Amino acid sequence: MSINVLIFGHLADITGKDSLQLRDFHDTDQLIDHLNNLFPSMKKARYACAVDQKIIRTNTQLREDSTVALLPPFSGG
Amino acid sequence: MTGESIMHGRYQRQIKLKDFGEAAQNKLLHAKVIVIGAGGLGCPALQYLAAAGVGTLGIVDEDVVSLENLHRQLLYTTGDIGRPKTECARSALLALNPEVMIMTFSTRLTNQNALEILQPYDLVIDGTDNFTSRYLINDACVLLNKPLIYGSVSQYEGQLSVFNYATGKDSGVNYRDVFPRPPGEGEVMNCEEAGVLGVLPGIIGTMQANEAIKLVTGIGKPLANQLFIYHALTSQVYQVELTASENPESDIPASEEAYREFDYHWFCSSGFDPGCEIDVSRFNELVKEGNVAVIDIRTGGNNLGFKKSLPYYRIPFSALDEQNSLIGGENEVVVVCESGISSKDAVKILSEKFGPEKKIYSLHGGIREWKKYLDHETERT
Repeated sequence: MSINVLIFGHLADITGKDSLQLRDFHDTDQLIDHLNNLFPSMKKARYACAVDQKIIRTNTQLREDSTVALLPPFSGG
Repeated sequence: MTGESIMHGRYQRQIKLKDFGEAAQNKLLHAKVIVIGAGGLGCPALQYLAAAGVGTLGIVDEDVVSLENLHRQLLYTTGDIGRPKTECARSALLALNPEVMIMTFSTRLTNQNALEILQPYDLVIDGTDNFTSRYLINDACVLLNKPLIYGSVSQYEGQLSVFNYATGKDSGVNYRDVFPRPPGEGEVMNCEEAGVLGVLPGIIGTMQANEAIKLVTGIGKPLANQLFIYHALTSQVYQVELTASENPESDIPASEEAYREFDYHWFCSSGFDPGCEIDVSRFNELVKEGNVAVIDIRTGGNNLGFKKSLPYYRIPFSALDEQNSLIGGENEVVVVCESGISSKDAVKILSEKFGPEKKIYSLHGGIREWKKYLDHETERT
């Protein structure tokens, strides 16, 4: 099962990429644990998470080709 | 103004639009919109709203124009450097359209003045540059039940949304539904630290003006319950559907009184806040007044000689977590160490423990500087 991850703002500085293609994650908790292990600075980061363009607040099932977006707040004006 | 003069005047090209007409123009002429922050986002928003004929425009900003503002804040000219932004914005906007009324507030919006300042306006545009302002503006709009047009930028990316605006079955989502907690200190850089492409706030600020025009006139579909993200380098946009939190853990104050008491600065700084440091002369005043408790976190050294009535605690830094219950009911607390460095870390620990109920300071320069200060004072007298 393939998942697309879109990474916005300064989170892309942590991951070094603004998108990732990952396989075999069945829910967002698994995916986020994996990202936290891969990029420890992600653990401390605050961001909103959307699955298929809908904001989520709890662990959410992923499907084939789901897109997960990690959206940090910006403060600049 | 009569319908005929509107039709042939300044607003002719938008009145001609299908679905707009004189009815929409009249709504704009009677609308009151306030823009907080006359910077990269606020300038274009103000320019387009003044040009479109929004009857009353409020501007809140405490800053003066500086040279590095000018690559993105196009209301100002090189000759404006050093002058208050509100003043410069007012004259530029009145030169553009003398028919609009401009109200200026040359002050920082705080939870002490926000409710009064925002109350007369139909809607609020957030063009500020820090999280403290963004949370306190959001909460004021929730309490006052006013739509909030949010815009923010970072480097090459911009975000836009309309908060607190109910559509059909969906109640209005607010900023805290999306970002319930501010990021940690230093996690998100502002424009000064991270840089910003000048045209980006121009785009997002102009889109904020567009949302305001839609809300006021009732035409089109406002960006309510959606977060819109634009990337200037790829020209890609991404839009996310937002929902109100069902079981809000949010800290939105429940009443106007609670709002005024909420410590936004503390809420938005999980790290050390420079406002939590006091210098030796202020420390000396506090000690003389006796309205303060002193926590000495050194592991050794003699007790400091304060008068007996002054609460003085010796709690070594390593024992702060275990022994902070020793600290009594004093509202103001100053943490001291030898040089003023460990005391800053202690302030972070104690602020997390006590929250906004206590004002906790670190003594800048520590006991070393304070002793020097006392010696100088003795010499002077």
